[in-house]
Amino acid sequence: MNIKDVENLAELARIDLTEGEKLSLLKDFDSILAYVKQIEEVKVGETKREDELHNVWREDVLAPREFSRELILKQFPDSQDGFLKVKKIL
Amino acid sequence: MIDLGNLTIEKAHASFKKGEFTCRELAEAYLKVIKEKNPEIHAYLEIYSDVLVQADEAQKKFKKGNATLMTGIPLAIKDNLLFEGHIASSGSKILEKYVATYNATAIKKLKDAGVVIIGRTNMDEFAMGVSTENSAYGVTKNPYDTTRVPGGSSGGSTTAVASNMALVALGTDTGGSCRQPASFCGVVGLKPTYGSVSRHGLTAMGSSLDVIGAIGKNISDVQTVFDFIKGKDNMDSTSISSDFYKKNIIQKPVIGIPRDFTKEGDDRVLANFKEVIKKIKALGYTVKDIELPNVKYTVPAYYIVTPAEISANLARFDGMRYGFSPESRNLVEVYTKSRGEGFGREVRRRILLGTYVLSHGYQDAYYNKANAVRRLIVDDYNKAFKKVDLILTPTTTGPAFKIGEKVNDPVKMYLEDIFTGPANMTGLPAISIPSGFVEEEGKHLPLGIQFIASHGREDLLFAVGKKFEAQN
Repeated sequence: MNIKDVENLAELARIDLTEGEKLSLLKDFDSILAYVKQIEEVKVGETKREDELHNVWREDVLAPREFSRELILKQFPDSQDGFLKVKKIL
Repeated sequence: MIDLGNLTIEKAHASFKKGEFTCRELAEAYLKVIKEKNPEIHAYLEIYSDVLVQADEAQKKFKKGNATLMTGIPLAIKDNLLFEGHIASSGSKILEKYVATYNATAIKKLKDAGVVIIGRTNMDEFAMGVSTENSAYGVTKNPYDTTRVPGGSSGGSTTAVASNMALVALGTDTGGSCRQPASFCGVVGLKPTYGSVSRHGLTAMGSSLDVIGAIGKNISDVQTVFDFIKGKDNMDSTSISSDFYKKNIIQKPVIGIPRDFTKEGDDRVLANFKEVIKKIKALGYTVKDIELPNVKYTVPAYYIVTPAEISANLARFDGMRYGFSPESRNLVEVYTKSRGEGFGREVRRRILLGTYVLSHGYQDAYYNKANAVRRLIVDDYNKAFKKVDLILTPTTTGPAFKIGEKVNDPVKMYLEDIFTGPANMTGLPAISIPSGFVEEEGKHLPLGIQFIASHGREDLLFAVGKKFEAQN
């Protein structure tokens, strides 16, 4: 990994980083990746995906849910007429 | 004076019924201790203003005759559990003023049962950490030695219980976050079977690993809390009912020891572990050696799978809906500034790492491979549970470490999960129980041991754990 990779990841993840932090994160990633890389030596072959996993469905029916609209609105940094207000998109 | 140090849920319940003290009097007793100790220990981030109101409501249940075993019991909750109308900040600046808009299912169940929720406890930000040093709101101190960490990420909850600032507490456990701090603070910490407790209203970290757990001074209290919070919930499609896994009747559980693996502990831990095995044998249990050939890859695989899930789960914190949103010029800047300033260092590190292991060109080598390794670990445990009923290991590799000691070395921190991580990667239930003390710099520091059971077998953890607890 190099500094460009860190910058690219920060852009993908939408996180502002200072120059100093980019460098120190690069150092962290080098040691973390060197450590987690040991899974490379594991031979996994054909692991069967047994089927412990299945989808959980429910009927698509309307049911009332108790939420305080007012309390949800209060959490928004900015709102107008009961809607979330965001910066101009275009 | 109520003897808080020796109080249990059952004793408190009996006293409420006999009228020896009221729910309000018990809550006041805890508030008094909190006033004395919390400024130094920093277990709580906030004591709710309605504690006594809750206590009076609980008292009414006793009058009406619809009280439960949990009615009036003072409980501390980790800051990542939603309690409607109260702040739930997950130890993060990005949620500093976020007021929960609904109740977590576990909280609702306990509130319906009449518990008194005292306040929210400190934690590593978004539960990422093993020392509670990653909180945006300062470190929590270990009550046995205030120069040491309490463990984490549920360090606030375990210290609250350990220093009689709550009778019991809720924590969450993604890689050891109930058990490791329980071990460091000399209390009991339960990580239930994945899915046995609904995650609805738990601020997500690693959704395939997260579970809400209980912390108490003894196994019986932890069992009681678990009994009240467990069960299937339509709001969490991964939740399961208590009879989801088949349970055979086991008269005398056989205990397995993964010898190779347990060598990871330091000398004092290994000496303590030897003593524990002796006691287990003296209790009449058969002890067998077992092999878990892939378990050594748990931590590396965990630190690929978990950051991947974190990077997805924390995408929702974008400066739009949860309060924190620094002044910005345009939409993209709202995102980058909110996340840059709102998330702490470890959270940023894990989001970026997760983004990396999921990115094009690296996904097969990291994320997919880690999931394949995870399945091998599951297979190892499945095989072991054909021979034994419980697996015994130390909970941690050593006693509580010094504040600041590992803070600049992420890999060293991650290695704290070595004994606890496997239960999360496999979804198995596990419990940490106090197993003795070591002396360091004139201070007595607690150690813990961990039992792991097959899916759905918390009953075995409790049964054998209680036998050990009574002997120890």
